[in-house]
Amino acid sequence: MLHEYGHIAILVLIALIFPAGAIVQSWAFQFAGIRPRVPSDPVKEDTYECGMVTRGPALTRFNFRFYYVALLFLLFDVEIVFLFPWAVVVEDAGLAGLGKIAIFVGTFVVGGLYAWRKRALEWD
Amino acid sequence: MPTATDHWYDFRDLSNLSRVILEGIDSVGPSELAYLVAPLIGFVAFFLVFVLPSQLFLGVYGERRIIGRMQARKGPNRVGPLGLLQPLADAVKLLQKEALTPARADRAIMWAAPIFFVAPAVLLFAVIPFGPRMVFADLPAGLIFFIAVSGLPVLAAFMAGWGSNNKYSLFGAMRVVAMSVSYEVPLVLMLLGVAVFANTLSLPGIVLFQAEVNLWLVFMMPLAFAVYFICVSAELNRTPTDIAEAESEIVAGYLTEYSGMKWGLFYGMDIGYALAASAFAATVFLGGWSMWGLEQWVPPWLIFVAKTHLFYFVFIWTRGTLPRLRVDQLMGFAWKFLLPLAVFNLFLVALERLLWAEADLGDGIVFAFAAVNIALSAVAVWGWARLLGYRPERMPTRPRLAREAGGYVPLDDPAAGGR
Repeated sequence: MLHEYGHIAILVLIALIFPAGAIVQSWAFQFAGIRPRVPSDPVKEDTYECGMVTRGPALTRFNFRFYYVALLFLLFDVEIVFLFPWAVVVEDAGLAGLGKIAIFVGTFVVGGLYAWRKRALEWD
Repeated sequence: MPTATDHWYDFRDLSNLSRVILEGIDSVGPSELAYLVAPLIGFVAFFLVFVLPSQLFLGVYGERRIIGRMQARKGPNRVGPLGLLQPLADAVKLLQKEALTPARADRAIMWAAPIFFVAPAVLLFAVIPFGPRMVFADLPAGLIFFIAVSGLPVLAAFMAGWGSNNKYSLFGAMRVVAMSVSYEVPLVLMLLGVAVFANTLSLPGIVLFQAEVNLWLVFMMPLAFAVYFICVSAELNRTPTDIAEAESEIVAGYLTEYSGMKWGLFYGMDIGYALAASAFAATVFLGGWSMWGLEQWVPPWLIFVAKTHLFYFVFIWTRGTLPRLRVDQLMGFAWKFLLPLAVFNLFLVALERLLWAEADLGDGIVFAFAAVNIALSAVAVWGWARLLGYRPERMPTRPRLAREAGGYVPLDDPAAGGR
């Protein structure tokens, strides 16, 4: 089994070299003069904002509801991680195991319902 | 009954080729060399032979051709016969494009983002079984590996949005993260249902299970399949749900400041991820390389490729048919509608699995389960939608032009009422 994970590790290296090669090739073309080397107009290097002159910093404030989504995701994702070991032993765990899992999931469902009640799922 | 043999020329099982090559290397060199070369052969086999041509000719050429057909235009038809060389022309164009990096951008993050976006796409295909023995790495937890790796491109997309130092890029990146994160939960819960029913986390194991009971899991849990399709198209930012790249709202999302080869990597691998999702759906829901005994006569990998491309065609189809949805609609849909259905499906399937194991009902009972599940899924979708207050839209059965003017009448056709 570790044999297979070793293959995956080598494949990670290959997978990183493949796109890096594409970018190195793009540099090589730049030095070979196939690709434009300096921007023909300094305005091109400006941050794009629909053709207008760029105003203000880019890292502006954004909707706070993204934090709600992130918290809800953490809640449910941790739950799912704990469910995976059960998925392969459903038969051994039997009906009692299913009941315990139902209680476990039930607590998260209550949490989700609370978030729903508090209007954390609305995007106004 | 013919089955695949171990000869290298038996095209029904292409893993023979790599085995012969590796045995040859093993006989002349040290055994470590064969171990190091094996991933390279795998990369060439599944990526350079299957994924790249599929990307170019189905993803780039086929998608534009089919969408063109759906929108009553021709699509690319100038470069080469029927426009078949269009993907190559596009690639050559991308190679010589001017690649700009904005002066205010975070250069290191902006360069690293495409690399980290492409790498997981290659890894995803490592656990997909193309045939009975044609799997790169038969991991016992292949399902978890696939889910974990398919979460990585979100990080790269956020790097791209943050590194560009552009308002639209940042908004796009935030939307990508929020969307992927919301749709990840029902998606993984549905796949958990698959793992529960097949009682294994290995992808070849899931295919073997479907071949044994002679029932694809799409019939066993149609709800899971439908939710998988919706969630995956949301995570891939494909058109009905592509609010992250909505060009009418936020220029091009996190890709706004990208150009040249870096943009090409993002664009190409978007198709790569859609292919990976199709391959995964074909494996988990559509029976993989098995096809009710047909795999004895047709090469199993050909069946698998056909199913993958069929699923990808449905992606193209929805893209050509449906308009884009709003942000609030999509987020509410994931949490309020899909998540409860996913929990329902998980417990339904777990109960059926227990019933199957305890009550000694035989293998034929899965067909009864499938019928029950199809009925219950329809009832659950309809009932939950009604409970949430979704109503079918009242639409006039015929558009106004057809109602009042009797439809489009060609002027030069006397038979249709024209002059």
